[in-house]
Amino acid sequence: MTRTAFEAVQAARSEQKITTRALINGVVDHFFECHGDRNASDDAAVIGGIGELNGQPVTVIGIQKGQTLAQNQQCHFGCPEPEGYRKAQRLMQQADKFGRPVVTLINTPGAFPDVHAEHHGQGEAIAQCLLTGAQIKVPYLSIIVGEGGSGGALALAGGDEVWMFEDSIYSVLSPEGYASILWKDAHRVAEAAEQMRLTAQDLYEDGIIDRVVDEVNDVAKLQQLRQQIAEKITTLSALPAAERLAQRHARFRKF
Amino acid sequence: MMNNRFEAPTPEQLAQRLDKIPDDVMVRCPVCQTTFLAHDAIDKTCPECGYGLRLGARERIMMVTDQFEEIDREVTIPVRFNDLQYRQKISQAKKKTQQNESVVTGFATIGRQACGLAVMDSRFIMGSLGSATGEKLTRLFEQARQRQLPVVVFTTSGGARMQEGIHSLMQMTKVSQAVSELQAAGLAYLVVLTDPTMGGVTASFAMQGDIILAEPHTMVGFAGRRVIEQTIKQTPPADFQRAETLLEHGFIDAIVPRPQLKQTLARLLTWHAGGTQ
Repeated sequence: MTRTAFEAVQAARSEQKITTRALINGVVDHFFECHGDRNASDDAAVIGGIGELNGQPVTVIGIQKGQTLAQNQQCHFGCPEPEGYRKAQRLMQQADKFGRPVVTLINTPGAFPDVHAEHHGQGEAIAQCLLTGAQIKVPYLSIIVGEGGSGGALALAGGDEVWMFEDSIYSVLSPEGYASILWKDAHRVAEAAEQMRLTAQDLYEDGIIDRVVDEVNDVAKLQQLRQQIAEKITTLSALPAAERLAQRHARFRKF
Repeated sequence: MMNNRFEAPTPEQLAQRLDKIPDDVMVRCPVCQTTFLAHDAIDKTCPECGYGLRLGARERIMMVTDQFEEIDREVTIPVRFNDLQYRQKISQAKKKTQQNESVVTGFATIGRQACGLAVMDSRFIMGSLGSATGEKLTRLFEQARQRQLPVVVFTTSGGARMQEGIHSLMQMTKVSQAVSELQAAGLAYLVVLTDPTMGGVTASFAMQGDIILAEPHTMVGFAGRRVIEQTIKQTPPADFQRAETLLEHGFIDAIVPRPQLKQTLARLLTWHAGGTQ
């Protein structure tokens, strides 16, 4: 199937896309959601908790967009506040303590840009997520399932492997932003998308990500994804912790 | 033709007089708008509000170190970035700054305390984080760990370098890992935030220091004011994203005026010489 980069952008943003919560419930059994950052509040854009994958406990952290306007007002259309990143960081450290693998599922246009976020240290929260991702010794798998917008996505995309859904994008800024900054014309989105190499296929070819997985649009595909994640975690778990961490660092060191 | 000395000069005469004054004699502080003689500005700081005017990396290094030995001076953008416009921008920046990237790295002594030192330069494509910027910083952290030395980084940056796309984003993780390894060895990482420090640099190594200092009135943030205004139609307050606001909200350790920076860093470095692991 050939399609333009802009079609890929639209597909990544589609309202038909499976929600992060549905993905989590499909990938793990008995998902127990853990709320709050233990500091200030509970950000609705980040869902995290513990579930079972083939009988083994794993920590799953996802960034989700809402389906209704009310939901989207709460989660800011999938743009986390710093409290969301602090919740993610807390759950990563908890997973490390108990030797549980971490799986992140990312669908965000970016970190939320508002006065509250800045006053509460949006930059610091993302920076600490990156540090924690570089420190945890447990297997860590990151999957971009829709939009992977800039630093807000990167915060949870520091895994031993980074995968992308077929209909997903990952970029340093939105194609709209790129067009408006480089050409002062936000309408040249399609052209920007083409130039940015932001589709899953482009990024795989450029060696930025490790695998393109099928879009999940039915139960069979969900089962397949679950199987792929389980296999990867088994492979990663077989490595000694120090070796795994060294490989993760080598993965990003080459950029 | 002589004017009566009590007669007001004509606009033409005034313009002529102004032309005789060299441009850099007077400076207007961009923060408090006070106009002052450049000569009166100790270490290029505003005598009224203490704001430190922007410095090039060399100037900063001269001001803060006793000795400095640069490393990786030749490191420049990888060949894969072959966009002509971008290449031109890079050559202009090189010419302007006499540097090959937006950061200068090396080993220094500050008040006789040895350390790794990186100084970013906002004149080089707004201090943006390119692949070579990330590479130089990473190598500095790696070498400092080998030499068992703490690291001091002066940040100033508009954020990611979008001409390098996703590769720029990857530098945030790459440098964070190098910071993490330095810190795991028990070596200190000190950050000095200088005006402005924004975007992907704030969201990575600028906010990972064991101790974080800032110069007075430095602008520090993730999303810029304009992005916030345009995206969610919210108007940020006047003191938004200034060092003083960050101090109040608990995100930095101290605001240190430029003339006291060297002494402050020297003392912090004596307390953090060598690793613990």
